[in-house]
Amino acid sequence: MDLLIPDYGLLFWQLIVFSIVLTILAVFVWKPVTEALRTRESMIEDSIKSAELAREEMMQIKADNEMVLKEARVQRDQLLKDATVVANKIKEDAKSETAKISEKMISDAKSIIESEKNAALSEVKNLVSSLSLDIAEKLIREKLNNDPSQQQLVEKFLKEVKVN
Amino acid sequence: MSGEKRNMTENGAFKIYKGLIIYGLICLFSMVTLQQAYASDAGDAQSFNPGDMINHHIKDAHGWEITHGVVVPLPVILYSESDGLVIFSSANFFNEAHQEVPYLGYLLSHEHISRADGQSVFDFSITKNVLFIFIDAAIMLLVFFAVARGYKKNVGKAPKGVQSLFEPVIIYIRDEVVKPSIGEKYQTYLPYMLTLFFFIWFGNLLGLIPGAANMTGNIAVTAVLALGTFFMTNFSGKKAYWSHIFWTPGVPWWLRPIILPVELIGVFTKPVSLMVRLFVSITAGHIVVLSLVSLTFIFHSWMVGFGSTVIVTLITIIELLVATIQAYVFTMFTSLYIGMAVEEHH
Repeated sequence: MDLLIPDYGLLFWQLIVFSIVLTILAVFVWKPVTEALRTRESMIEDSIKSAELAREEMMQIKADNEMVLKEARVQRDQLLKDATVVANKIKEDAKSETAKISEKMISDAKSIIESEKNAALSEVKNLVSSLSLDIAEKLIREKLNNDPSQQQLVEKFLKEVKVN
Repeated sequence: MSGEKRNMTENGAFKIYKGLIIYGLICLFSMVTLQQAYASDAGDAQSFNPGDMINHHIKDAHGWEITHGVVVPLPVILYSESDGLVIFSSANFFNEAHQEVPYLGYLLSHEHISRADGQSVFDFSITKNVLFIFIDAAIMLLVFFAVARGYKKNVGKAPKGVQSLFEPVIIYIRDEVVKPSIGEKYQTYLPYMLTLFFFIWFGNLLGLIPGAANMTGNIAVTAVLALGTFFMTNFSGKKAYWSHIFWTPGVPWWLRPIILPVELIGVFTKPVSLMVRLFVSITAGHIVVLSLVSLTFIFHSWMVGFGSTVIVTLITIIELLVATIQAYVFTMFTSLYIGMAVEEHH
């Protein structure tokens, strides 16, 4: 039965020693230990979080890159398309310009030819008139007795003139 | 007992096994000495009384009897009105024949000191159990200052050495025992809980060393620990806690006066159950081991001695488990009671 009756001496010493150990450990051990554990845990958590964040950022950057690439591709296609259109337009323009120029050249040539022809014709006419004057002069000078032969001659000259 | 596991390549695990083997050897050796001691007694035609031997072991004493006849004398500290404080060695109470004799007018009988003149005397001696309280405290201080140094040295790094041995236990107590039981305010109580757990655990393990005292199996020691639980619970009791005791919500009004005394008794039975549980389980473990050892001397047979040694070894391994479980249970229930006390109204 005396097993169940606490001994006051033992109670006293246990109370004293336990209180001292509790105080010493609480101040010099449990406080720094729990703090160290907390800081280490928060550090680990933070690093995991930041790693996660970095991963997300990486993904974002990757996605951004892809988008930029995509945009660049679209832009390139657009540029190519525009360039083709411009090139075609330039080609068309050049063609029409060339056609115009050649037309103009042709028309110029035609007008020159016309004027040259007219000039030649007027020269011929002048020549014919001077020739006819010469012929008339010669006819007149060769005594106008040989009538039919002269007539024939006049006609012959005129014929020559008309051909030109 | 774990020789076949010596091929463990992991160094730490091997060290633990080595420790276990050494521990087992110490157990076996001390049992052998115990048996020899009692065997010689039996030769003196002195009848062996296992009850006396067991009682002698599990109770407190003014000297530390490591094995039969080897007694370390401890200081006796007495206070009486006429003599004041008196301190002397407990060896003075015994003569050469190991018989109890009076000293300075004080008598020692069945580990109880009284004055020859009948005056009252207060006994604050450093008894065997007090010595083991000191040893327990010293081991705790040594171990945990080493642990704290580890945290100072390896700031933000992985734990090393003794620090890594105790860190999982500290974290387990914090995360699995204190935090879920108490809740948000667990940090206030964590130092107490850690000290409580390790004090009981180390004390239980110390008690398992043959020749050591049954310190955590003494009701005075468990009573102080239970008082700590009692005061911490009731001093941190919030409104919800007290209203639950005095005017239990959620029951018919006429039932409340009937519940009130039950609840009031419950305030005291909680720490008392803690006190008795630890005391009983540790003392019972010691009694079982000592009874099995006694079988050898009751039957005077070395065959029985061999058998009981095997069983005692197994029981001791179970006791290692019990030592941890009881420390856990005490801490767990203290946390739960405080958790119930600090809980706000829900």
